[in-house]
Amino acid sequence: MAKAKTETAEAVESVRIPPMQRLLDNHFLLLFLGVVVPTVLYLLWGVMELSQIPIAE
Amino acid sequence: MALTSPESKIWWNERIGRAELVWITIAFLWGVFMFSMMVWWHLEGNQNLSNEVYRIAPTKFEEKTEAFTEKYTVREEAGMPVAKPEPGAEVYMLSRLWEWWPILELKKGQTYRLHLSSMDWQHGFSLQPVNINIQVHPGLEHVVTLTPTQTGEFSVVCNEFCGVGHHTMVGRIHVVE
Amino acid sequence: MSVTTDTNIIGGVAAKFRTCPATGLDIDLAAQRLIKANAVAAIVFLAIGGLFGLLVALTRWPAVHLLSSDMFYLVLTAHGLDVLLVWIIFFEIAVLYFASAILLNCRLAAPRIAWVAFGLMMAGALLANVTVLQGEASVMFTSYVPLKAPPNFYLGLILFAVGALLGCFIFLGTLVIAKEEKTYEGSIPLVTFGALTACIIAVFTIASGAIILIPTWLWSLGYISHIDTVMYKLVWWAMGHSSQQINMAAQVAIWYAIPAILLGAKPLSEKVSRAAFLMYILFLQLASAHHMLVEPGISSEWKVFNTSYAIYLAVLGSMIHGMSIPGAIEAAQRRNGFTNGVFEWLRRAPWANPAWAGMFLSLVMFGFLGGISGVVLGTEQINIMLHNTLYVPGHFHATVVAGTTLAFMAITYLLVPLIFQREIIWPRLAKWQPYLFGLGAAGISLFMMGAGTLGVSRRHWDITFSDATLSFDYPPAAFLMLGLNGMSGILAAIGGGLFVVIIVASVLFGKKVDASNIVAALGPKPQKQMSDAVTSYGSAGTFHLPGTYILVSIFFTAFVLYYFVNWKYLSELWQMG
Repeated sequence: MAKAKTETAEAVESVRIPPMQRLLDNHFLLLFLGVVVPTVLYLLWGVMELSQIPIAE
Repeated sequence: MALTSPESKIWWNERIGRAELVWITIAFLWGVFMFSMMVWWHLEGNQNLSNEVYRIAPTKFEEKTEAFTEKYTVREEAGMPVAKPEPGAEVYMLSRLWEWWPILELKKGQTYRLHLSSMDWQHGFSLQPVNINIQVHPGLEHVVTLTPTQTGEFSVVCNEFCGVGHHTMVGRIHVVE
Repeated sequence: MSVTTDTNIIGGVAAKFRTCPATGLDIDLAAQRLIKANAVAAIVFLAIGGLFGLLVALTRWPAVHLLSSDMFYLVLTAHGLDVLLVWIIFFEIAVLYFASAILLNCRLAAPRIAWVAFGLMMAGALLANVTVLQGEASVMFTSYVPLKAPPNFYLGLILFAVGALLGCFIFLGTLVIAKEEKTYEGSIPLVTFGALTACIIAVFTIASGAIILIPTWLWSLGYISHIDTVMYKLVWWAMGHSSQQINMAAQVAIWYAIPAILLGAKPLSEKVSRAAFLMYILFLQLASAHHMLVEPGISSEWKVFNTSYAIYLAVLGSMIHGMSIPGAIEAAQRRNGFTNGVFEWLRRAPWANPAWAGMFLSLVMFGFLGGISGVVLGTEQINIMLHNTLYVPGHFHATVVAGTTLAFMAITYLLVPLIFQREIIWPRLAKWQPYLFGLGAAGISLFMMGAGTLGVSRRHWDITFSDATLSFDYPPAAFLMLGLNGMSGILAAIGGGLFVVIIVASVLFGKKVDASNIVAALGPKPQKQMSDAVTSYGSAGTFHLPGTYILVSIFFTAFVLYYFVNWKYLSELWQMG
């Protein structure tokens, strides 16, 4: 079971945690990325192309 | 284990096993290869879907198709006109509930610009038994460059669900020498 | 009974907990009730949707041709709705609550809102079902405009989606509470991380669904005059295909969870497995483009980039899991003492345990049938040969039925003792269930893919075209394929029916589970297991895993060969550009 650590121990540890691990532990940043990446690459890019279809003569 | 938090606090710095590294590298390179394959086929391959598309009112596409049919009709088949355009011509085929119109007669080895659109709902242009499948939308004129490489009688099956008559929607393309 | 109920006060909020006799975890009773409710709802809709699926398969079987055309299109719409959406998402909500509240030893955030979510999903599912069964909404699950269903069809889907979105927020809220209340140390468990991946994909999925279904609903009501057909498809598939990517993440989490529970398996590398999940979070949703490859109006650049999940980085993620999961199993089994030869670890796995058998069959069939066919089908040019043929349902029956559904069935055999606190009754029958269902599902996928390769259209009532003005005959082999598909459908229906009956009977009449029988209730486990084996870490650096290397090599060879065979077929097509 989890035990609360002392504030200082936590502070020391958080300094040493590698950035990639911090990203993977940051659930809301992941949520943000997971929504923004497909929204831009799939939805917005797609909508942009559809809005540029020329009119037939 | 997978159901509990990682045992070491800092797991990102753990060493990755050699076999795993090899596999990751192979999988990554295979992905790059498969991606390049699609790009390369656009440059060197002969089967790519055209990007030539226009917005058009269904009535206008119908007029164009009727004018095309009138110009090139050579005979009738099952009550439908058969259009035989000259090689290289602009060819029209429209889809509506539940037919592909008109019937086409093309020459083997000649290249045609086939214009596809729908009068009503979405339909699926499925050329059989060649097995070329293209989605057809109302309001969009899709111009596909097509070169038949076989002779014979080919059917255009609708493979997008378009209501109760969907399974009766069959068109025809003849390819002659 | 050693199961105790007591009230703990954590973070100022009263929650009732019991102590799990197997793990010692505190189980929030509110979470437990919600997991039960969502899992039961899921299984009810699996039963209904599965029955519809059987009717579809029997109608496709040319010699049987069971339903009339009207009924066929109605039942096909209901089948897609109930299994592709309702069964899967209800179960995923149960998985999300389990992976958060239970695995993190935490109370569930806002159980009352979770019940509202459940109510919305149930109301939405019922409304959509009733509308379809009334016969005015046979527009297929995809409801491509300008096909129009009555407003209640779209409203039902919207209500269901809003409920599911609330469920995702409950999951995220629980993660926040667990962190605040320090119910775990360091990072969340890998299985919970997999569930987080599923949750993130679900948020994108449901948001896309809302963007397209709300205007479509208004269009059906008459407030909006026109919806662009390609735009509809583009956004609809951001929901329709991504919802199956939720499955992907959830089932991978389950593939990690079951060997951990039964064999004490550990990830070969937390880093590698989590990075693979990150590839899913970022890129898996792009594969919605698989449905847009022969649409007019979208450029090849968009198609090539999106269909390849950004240069196949999400496929890279899957291929990584495809090695780390069997690798973790092999490492655990070798630690458990099964060190003889290359494959003793696999031979001596608990094949009589339906949770194990279901999990492993799901992994193998997903990879070989679903994964490979998915990448091939999603290759821009190859899609010209396969779009809207039966190959497409063949592919996704390998992923969603043989893969996800079987994985969800497998974990259910463990949820019944752990969460419902009941023993599985008729263990001998349960032993055979995953094999029956798996065989049926494999048959359905393979034979539909076979028919699709021969050009047979999907969503088609009469492949003999008997009422058509112009006639056409598919090759005779296609009819054979559809006959075999019908038989496989019967097999899968028997397997699926057995699952529903066993689970419902166990929940209602199974022997109660407590500390005395919890271990036995989880089903057979490997015999030679050593007591302290589960505590040591199994990194690939420490263990030589020859069996896994061979399995992965076979997979890769099959992948490469099948990929090139399809390019070969493509090159023989009429020239087009």
